[in-house]
Amino acid sequence: MKSAAELAHTQKQNAIVTPFKDKIVHFLVKYGTLLVILALIVSFTLLNDRFLTYSNFADILRSISIVTLVALGVTFTLIVGGFDLSVGSTVSLATIASAASLVWYRQELLIALLIPIILGIVIGLINAFITIKIRIPDLLATLAVMYIVNGIQLTYTKGFSIYNNMPMDDGTTAPGKFIPSFLFIGQGEIAGVPFPAIFMIFCVILVHLFLTYTRAGRLLYMTGSNREAARLSGVAVQRYRTLAYVLSGLFASIAGIVLASRIGTGQVSAGAPLLMDGVAAALIGYSVLGAGKPNALGTFVGAVLIGILLNGLTMLNVPYYAQDIIKGTILIGALAFTFYQNKREIKM
Amino acid sequence: MNQLTIKNISKSFGSTTVLKNVSLTIHAGEVHALLGTNGAGKSTLMKIVCGDYERDSGSILYNGEPLSIRTPSDAKKAGIGIVVQEVDTALFPALSVAENIWADSVNQSPFKLYSSKKERKKTKQLLATLGIPLNPDKLASDCTLSEKQLILIARAMAQDVQYLILDEPTAPLSIEETQLLFHLINKLKKNGVGIIYISHRMPEIEEISDRFTILRDGKVHLTAETKAVSADEIITNMLGSAIGNKKERKRQVSNHTLFRAENVHVPETGKNINLEVNHGEIIGIAGLVGAGKSETALALFGATKPQKGKIHLHNRTYRFRSPRDAIDAGVCLIPEERRKTGILLDFSLSENLTLPSLRRHSKNGLLNRQKEENYASNQINQLGIKASSTRQPIHHLSGGNQQKASIGKWLDADRNVFLFDEPTKGIDIKAKTEVLSLIKQLADEGKGILYFSSEIDELLEISDKILVMYDGEITATLTGDNMNQSAIMQAATGGTTIEISS
Repeated sequence: MKSAAELAHTQKQNAIVTPFKDKIVHFLVKYGTLLVILALIVSFTLLNDRFLTYSNFADILRSISIVTLVALGVTFTLIVGGFDLSVGSTVSLATIASAASLVWYRQELLIALLIPIILGIVIGLINAFITIKIRIPDLLATLAVMYIVNGIQLTYTKGFSIYNNMPMDDGTTAPGKFIPSFLFIGQGEIAGVPFPAIFMIFCVILVHLFLTYTRAGRLLYMTGSNREAARLSGVAVQRYRTLAYVLSGLFASIAGIVLASRIGTGQVSAGAPLLMDGVAAALIGYSVLGAGKPNALGTFVGAVLIGILLNGLTMLNVPYYAQDIIKGTILIGALAFTFYQNKREIKM
Repeated sequence: MNQLTIKNISKSFGSTTVLKNVSLTIHAGEVHALLGTNGAGKSTLMKIVCGDYERDSGSILYNGEPLSIRTPSDAKKAGIGIVVQEVDTALFPALSVAENIWADSVNQSPFKLYSSKKERKKTKQLLATLGIPLNPDKLASDCTLSEKQLILIARAMAQDVQYLILDEPTAPLSIEETQLLFHLINKLKKNGVGIIYISHRMPEIEEISDRFTILRDGKVHLTAETKAVSADEIITNMLGSAIGNKKERKRQVSNHTLFRAENVHVPETGKNINLEVNHGEIIGIAGLVGAGKSETALALFGATKPQKGKIHLHNRTYRFRSPRDAIDAGVCLIPEERRKTGILLDFSLSENLTLPSLRRHSKNGLLNRQKEENYASNQINQLGIKASSTRQPIHHLSGGNQQKASIGKWLDADRNVFLFDEPTKGIDIKAKTEVLSLIKQLADEGKGILYFSSEIDELLEISDKILVMYDGEITATLTGDNMNQSAIMQAATGGTTIEISS
């Protein structure tokens, strides 16, 4: 009857009375993820003397740069309350697209970058159209698109990877090759720091500033938090949802470019494993500094956590197939704190 | 004779006491009306009886034997059923009428085999004995509100419920449907079922109830035979002295039409709406729950679908395709479901207050936080919102303060027409007064106000003119001395259409 007022009141009381146990919970919610990273670094250092070296950390940064790019895109869709399962396939398609334009069609850098980026944006628009206009739930819509995009890149390459000097159908060798300027994106270094890592940090900061300090950033969050309330306040919610899917496709395609450049071939289905790592990084990001919502810095920390974990486990000779078990466990841990706290704070 | 006794029940939420030593007895085969204004504690009491809430102290007795009611299923086992006001929350829309009726028995023995043929037969028998004209195979989602209510009653009867609570059952019903319901209630009475009947409608109380209990401020104020007390006395007892009489408002309303809706189609009700508001005028739109007020407000705001019909505003003609169009034209809506759609609970007070005018607090897409905070703290002072800071999460505020924020976000210069949908719902008396005076102030500034409400007292207090809605249509226009409780109720319940020009 007076429930709204009463709830607010009891919540206020809860806020005032914070016993010691609550303080610990609060501390863990805020710094738990960072503590886990610290604990991982300490234990891997103790267990393996090659872990805490500059070259190993450069390696970790290089390997997480691609995951972070994918995860930034996923972050956008999570912010508007959506989900994009097609990012992995988009990465694969972008990888193939840049490889094909370089090797098969002997194009220069600009084309090898533009084509995958346009493809990524188009996939984002298609996702937006299916979820927003046709109103198929995002999880199902992007699942379907994931299959289609994956099928397209496989069909286009007939299932073979694209590499320098590969034989063509007509018996000749491929006319083009991975040019050095393209390879710099994934393999280059500036002052000893891997270029993809620099690029990744740049993107993280850019997205962070966009989400925190622009009107569009605020409205993306509002759209995701309560679409109907946002709409009744005059927010063009469909436009912001579309923007989220387009940015998701865009970042996936950029990740695909970096991937192609890093391995120097156009490997088919190379992006498939990135979907889950990207989603996991973005979800772990909820818990960083108690944000409780998707955010750019958190996503980056999530990617760092996964990157360090995988690197350390590999060094300790834990087989890759067992690593997933640990990845999943970490994910539960990170999410448990976020959602446990959320329930206490807001939902009541 | 069997009887259900509620003894010395108290309940408080935090430091607010909602019920204080409430006792009442319901006999088998009687209709016991539970009366009281909003906030008197009726719903809380009923939720305790049904096991929804736990009581702080007191007991519930059946023929003197204490019942242990801690959960809703305890209450069902003890033979207490409820037909809630929001019937949809209690039904399974994807299941048939029959499946809904037997849902509880399935729940009690989930692994027992059952035959849908037998179930249908049993359902038919049950519906026939109760005189409910319903097809057992119909999906619950296809049923009307009245049919859904009947399903819930049948479901309670399928459990051999001895005591049935009806929470404002007639609010969404037409006159024919109400008669059907009363027929059913009389039948249940004869079968010895005790009924607790919550309602605000006096004629009904007089027609159907045997005794009544008035709750006031969480205490039992009076229990008596309905026949022994007149309707006027009941109302006086319910209200006490808390609510004053109608206040005369002497205000200048210009003759200039500000906003005119021409044949605006409301998709949910299928009706077209025509109305107009002058500069500085407050038009009250009365109607019972289910009359289509909220739907009409949303349609006028362009929020349901791209509008069909025309809006004339400031000598221009519009057709709002979305709320955004309406807002750009200077129309705004303060929706009924404040916590769901009026404000964004996850955001701070200042973020909520600046949302519609965010463009003005940013440059080239970049937010100007300082400007935003200044604007917000200014608004907070003007509106008298109680908050520790502009950055306070809005879900920490009380309902009244949230409502002020929900209104306050529209108070920048550009808005001309305000649509208020039940703006005083769920807020305390003080906040209510403040909200009402805020609305009057807006009117004094020359804004046009459409005030949708089912609270007749408020409508009488605030409106310059009252339109009454019934079944999605405006059926009466009341001005001057014709604005009174009985005229509104008559039109709102589908009585004769009254057209009075001023």
